[in-house]
Amino acid sequence: MCLAIPGKLIGISDENGLKMGVVDVNGTKTKACLEYVPEILPGQYTIVHAGFALKIIDEEEAAESLRLWQELIDSGAFEPDEVPPLPDDVI
Amino acid sequence: MKHIDEYRDPELVSRLVEEIGKRAAKSWTIMEICGGQTHSIMRNGLDQLLPPNIRLVHGPGCPVCVTPLETIERALAIAAMPGVILTSFGDMLRVPGSQKDLFMARSEGADVRIVFSPLEALQIARDNPSKEVVFLAVGFETTAPANAMAVRQAAREGLSNFSELVSQVMVPPAMRAILSLPGNRVQGFLAAGHVCAIMGWEEYEPVAEEFGVPVVPAGFEPVDLLDGILKVVEMLEEGRGGVVNAYGRVVSREGNREARRVMNEVFAVADRPWRGIGVIPKSGLVLLPEYARFDAEKRFDVGHIAPQESPLCRSGEVLQGHLKPSDCPAFGRECSPQTPLGATMVSSEGACAAYYRYHRNPFVL
Amino acid sequence: MTEPFSCPLPILRHETVQMAHGAGGRLSQELTARVFTPRFSNRFLDQLDDQAKLDLPSGRIAFTTDTYVVVPYVFSGGTIGTLAVNGTVNDLAVGGARPLYLSAGFVLEEGFPIADLEHIAESMAAAAVEAGVMIVTGDTKVVQKGSCDGIFINTSGIGVLRDDVSLSCRNLKPGDCILLSGTIGDHGMSIMTARERLSFQSAIRSDCAPLNRMIAAVLDEVPEVHAMRDPTRGGVASVLNELAVSSSVGIDIDENAIPVRDDVRGACELLGIDPLHVANEGKLIAVVPAQEASKALEVMRRFDEGRQAVSVGSVTADHAGMVVMRTAFGSRRIIDLPLGEQLPRIC
Repeated sequence: MCLAIPGKLIGISDENGLKMGVVDVNGTKTKACLEYVPEILPGQYTIVHAGFALKIIDEEEAAESLRLWQELIDSGAFEPDEVPPLPDDVI
Repeated sequence: MKHIDEYRDPELVSRLVEEIGKRAAKSWTIMEICGGQTHSIMRNGLDQLLPPNIRLVHGPGCPVCVTPLETIERALAIAAMPGVILTSFGDMLRVPGSQKDLFMARSEGADVRIVFSPLEALQIARDNPSKEVVFLAVGFETTAPANAMAVRQAAREGLSNFSELVSQVMVPPAMRAILSLPGNRVQGFLAAGHVCAIMGWEEYEPVAEEFGVPVVPAGFEPVDLLDGILKVVEMLEEGRGGVVNAYGRVVSREGNREARRVMNEVFAVADRPWRGIGVIPKSGLVLLPEYARFDAEKRFDVGHIAPQESPLCRSGEVLQGHLKPSDCPAFGRECSPQTPLGATMVSSEGACAAYYRYHRNPFVL
Repeated sequence: MTEPFSCPLPILRHETVQMAHGAGGRLSQELTARVFTPRFSNRFLDQLDDQAKLDLPSGRIAFTTDTYVVVPYVFSGGTIGTLAVNGTVNDLAVGGARPLYLSAGFVLEEGFPIADLEHIAESMAAAAVEAGVMIVTGDTKVVQKGSCDGIFINTSGIGVLRDDVSLSCRNLKPGDCILLSGTIGDHGMSIMTARERLSFQSAIRSDCAPLNRMIAAVLDEVPEVHAMRDPTRGGVASVLNELAVSSSVGIDIDENAIPVRDDVRGACELLGIDPLHVANEGKLIAVVPAQEASKALEVMRRFDEGRQAVSVGSVTADHAGMVVMRTAFGSRRIIDLPLGEQLPRIC
């Protein structure tokens, strides 16, 4: 059960004693409870699930992964992908 | 879209597929236990891109699918009571009980409302003091912190008209159960990335060691999933078990401490029946006695419930990875998204629904 | 002390709709005269008869009807009224008809603000002018509070069919190109985020627009068009599936070719909805013989409503009755009919 979308925190407020925030996903904004990411700052990215921010996205880890993958691309003899033939019995 | 588009790069996807092909000398069966990952794999056709010796199997990763029929019947009975507002995530509304689903209950006059968060259900309770507001709290560990916070908040505010019908399940016991089944062919696992965001990966280390299997927390985008599969394959080829994290930007070893603290404040671990599988020990969460007044199961007397499963439905075998949806005799015939026999065909992330929507008839893999 | 006697004449100037406004008497007439007649005015409506007596050009008549129940009734990019007018205009136009006359029937909930009704009527009048049609007859009923969501509108429309084209969902031939006039998902996501505004806020604008001028231009220059549809409820997926089944052909589309605005994409991700299943109210799907595709696209792109027109796929003899999409990664999946009500995914 995992649909959690990454978005940017753009505002913090208090509602009913809970720390709440507004998270922006490409222009659509959603409310999220920030109680589980108490140290989050506006401008940071987080994943939102069922109205709660669950984790601050670790930008360094993300950058490191992307760097490693770029190495993988650079190291490989990359061929443009071919379209797999559609199996006959897909009807 | 930042933190999304980078992980959908076709060039990188191609390269990872190629790398998996290079590393996978033998045949391997890998299972993911996460509806979101099932959905992403099927939607993006990742299973088609993988070399034929890598077999992806879908486990019981859809909490909607594994919610016991008895819980659905109980929710329907509660929704039908006068003065009740039943709130739920959208996925649950189409899951069939023995005779009907919550959508049908709504058309018969029940006040059933879709919410995106248990906090919305709390607000409905505040706004309707003369009504009983019940939230169908279904989910894995990803959702448990949200459901826990709602109950804790209700207690703090002294709300007397809010309760949860809890159907929370946990992944590691299911993983253990699958590995312990006679005839199990699963050799490695992708672990659900957002479950691990909460729980960390510590709790998989004992399973990985005891059974000697690789367990790799992975994300949901095509690049994340393929990277996770690559790491599983590498470990399988090297003959080693253990946990390797493929979702570093979200998952840490200890997970989210604060979330787990609140979960433990509100919930206790208990045995739990999984629809189609049976009781898995210590695999569920129930409300602690001090929160009993927020437990809809105790609060509402629904009388005797006698759930009846369709004799044709083989969801259980699908959930355990023994049966491919397209191999089920009822697939596409008696059972389809329009006329589902079981939850795996209804839930948008059930394996049967994913197969039907995206592949229809068997692909030769 | 006696109270001064106050004569119980009914209040004649209301700010909200009352049951009496639908009863056919003085208040009904006053509502029509205040809200509708001045805005929709034309030589047919102004006769104020129970029926419009129309002059129809010779030719076969196309006739369509649709009912609009959208909530909220005012949203970014339009109102329930603009939807009603444009929706009916488009249903006529995609069949190869020149839309001429519309009827407008209103069901109003007791208590509905008359200022809102005036705003909606204003928007309908403007839409009618833009599309070049007249609203020539109408009706108003009022129901008790709770019996409808504010306002429901039914529009029926009459148009005259061109005799130089033959459009049908059964006309598709292998090799035909599938053309799409622009970005998908705008209207549905605009409505969904407006409806769930406590949970989500967005500035997504509905694409509600009349397509008849663009369609007329395309048919003028490419009369060989095989089929046209506007992908409203059920989205592009529904239309393509209907075409494939009706013509007993397969349809192949390319994920990379389908235009989706960034903000719509974000909203779809957040709600777990596939843009192909989302309603559009100002988009056209045209199926044309391959050799006419560039010309048809060039014509569409001359219009605002078609400036992002692209080819998204083609018709094939394979997998008859099915729509198959090639993903950005080279894999394939079936594009199925959406099941029913869009359930935002959580799971």
